[in-house]
Amino acid sequence: MLARIKEFLGMETKPETKEVASEEEVEKVAEEKPKPRIGYIHLSGCTGDVMSLSENYDILAPLLTEMVDIVYGTTLVDRWDIPEMDIALIEGSVCLQDEHSLKELKEVREKAGLVVAFGSCAATGCFTRYSRGGQQAQPAHESFVPIADVVKVDLAMPGCPPSPEIIAKTVVAAINGDMDYLQPMMDLVGYTEACGCDLQLKVVNQALCIGCGTCAMACQTRALDMTEGRPELNSDRCVKCGICYIQCPRSWWPMERIKQDTGL
Amino acid sequence: MVLGTYKEALSARSTDKQIQKISQDGGIVTALLSFALDEKIIDGAVVAGPGEDMWKPVPKVAMTSDEILAAAGTKYTLSPNVWTLKEAVRQYGLEKVGTVAIPCQTMGIRKMQSYPFGVRFVADKIALIVGIYCMENFPFESLRTFISEKMGVSPELVEKMDIGKGKFWVHTADETLSIPLKETHGYEQNGCNVCLDYVAELADLSTGSVGSPDGWSTVLTRTDAGDSIFKQAVEAGLIETKPMADVKPGLGLLEKLAKEKKEKNQKTIDDRIAIGLPVPYKASTEKEDPLANY
Ligand SMILES: Cc1cc2nc3c(=O)[nH]c(=O)nc-3n(C[C@H](O)[C@H](O)[C@H](O)COP(=O)(O)OP(=O)(O)OC[C@H]3O[C@@H](n4cnc5c(N)ncnc54)[C@H](O)[C@@H]3O)c2cc1C
Ligand code: SF4
Ligand code: SF4
Ligand code: SF4
Repeated sequence: MLARIKEFLGMETKPETKEVASEEEVEKVAEEKPKPRIGYIHLSGCTGDVMSLSENYDILAPLLTEMVDIVYGTTLVDRWDIPEMDIALIEGSVCLQDEHSLKELKEVREKAGLVVAFGSCAATGCFTRYSRGGQQAQPAHESFVPIADVVKVDLAMPGCPPSPEIIAKTVVAAINGDMDYLQPMMDLVGYTEACGCDLQLKVVNQALCIGCGTCAMACQTRALDMTEGRPELNSDRCVKCGICYIQCPRSWWPMERIKQDTGL
Repeated sequence: MVLGTYKEALSARSTDKQIQKISQDGGIVTALLSFALDEKIIDGAVVAGPGEDMWKPVPKVAMTSDEILAAAGTKYTLSPNVWTLKEAVRQYGLEKVGTVAIPCQTMGIRKMQSYPFGVRFVADKIALIVGIYCMENFPFESLRTFISEKMGVSPELVEKMDIGKGKFWVHTADETLSIPLKETHGYEQNGCNVCLDYVAELADLSTGSVGSPDGWSTVLTRTDAGDSIFKQAVEAGLIETKPMADVKPGLGLLEKLAKEKKEKNQKTIDDRIAIGLPVPYKASTEKEDPLANY
């Protein structure tokens, strides 16, 4: 997996491992590297994830024109057949009764170097987990699952939607071959059954909760309250995005990265 | 390094008589947040404000120095300050938020800044984190139990609580009571027993009582932002300082307590890993520095 990211980004030899690579040299490497070809695939999601991407006003223009090539995407590129691509950003869960979505997903998996579950619907199923079918225009469409249930996923970027910042940070890390930053996204691929109740099961029940309130701050639907210093879930509001547990300092702890970011 | 990365260690206190009177130690938290507010370094601060029940704090967005002052003093129970940071940004529309945070809260904030998966435009608005040292914290019922049952005072009569010299102290209008800390053991929340941070290693600057004489605080400045704000407040005459070398008991005691906490809790982490319980930190055998916070 790591090898694959490195390979397609031409990062086999990291610039900083050379003797003392001059800045110009690094820039040259960056310039010579082919721009990663990115495809955007829309399955059963609300388009919020790509809206969030577009909130990166300050970097959007250079990102789209200089740093990447968008080669496929509904409303973004006028193209019907799926081309070869380096990164596929897949938004939305996949409906098991929808043969077109299943076919598109499988084909993208074959044509893409890296498959990213972009947003919580793709990563955890999110609110589509509540679907029970019986609705128009497709009453038989009832089973919506995270894409990792159907194809191999390389990176997961949950969020309902993921913040503009995490999208920018991830794109920059991928382009720079910063594998350390991407590691948690690789680990999160396996977190497909998310729920606000994970805080109770995996943190409070495990004697790990310390009442910091990060989970309740992070919840994007205000499904969480803090009572007696512990998260309390209003399950009627929970969309099963997984963000509360992912942001909790007691689920996983990226100390190295934080030291780097703060200079401490 | 058991105290984390820091630029300078100093003994310090607020020069403001009112802050001295009601703050826990040297009034550094209150003095710094008020100074940052006055200087427009922050436009508001999340503090552990007074709630309905005495000694049961509620996180609050303080918009004035008076509100910051009203939150002074340590409450030895849970105040989920991180929860309220988003409210400060969204409801109050603050662009530069300050906050006071115990070590684990600082960790929640820093993780969110490095990996803001679902947190949109809050990370960049955290302008100042004043960290406070923390050995352990108590659920409110624990605190109420050992104050009212073990010490025999009603929490409403208590004017100040404090931990020091191996004891838990309670001051009322007319008496001072204490119990040995070993009588409070077992009442702390269990999650504290795997905590590897005593001195808020990731804050912009950290402060606590240990190391300095009564009425003074020990300050560790850490980031450029924290160091600069502290220096400005000293220059403005709002905070006075003494070199740590000139005060008793000195930095050695802080280092000793930090080391003891880390060693004890790393052992709990190792025990948990041995029986297969989850924990977000590494076993000591897998760490280069067994006392590091990861
Ligand atoms: C649970 C706990 C354990 C502590 N353990 C130690 C220790 O072992 N050794 C040590 O040296 N110091 C410890 N401290 C810190 C110490 O008690 C003082 O809070 C610190 O020295 C700041 O004093 P000050 O006079 O500068 O702050 P003040 O000016 O009095 O302001 C205190 C600030 O702390 C905030 N606060 C109060 N209670 C809480 C809370 N529960 N959670 C989050 N914020 C809160 C208030 O909002 C206020 O802004 C602990 C603090 C807490 C909350
Ligand atoms: S973020 Fe985690 S540790 Fe903090 S209050 Fe929520 S569940 Fe507890
Ligand atoms: S509680 Fe909130 S953050 Fe957690 S899974 Fe539910 S909606 Fe998402
Ligand atoms: S000991 Fe650690 S986990 Fe417990 S309250 Fe203090 S900082 Fe938080």
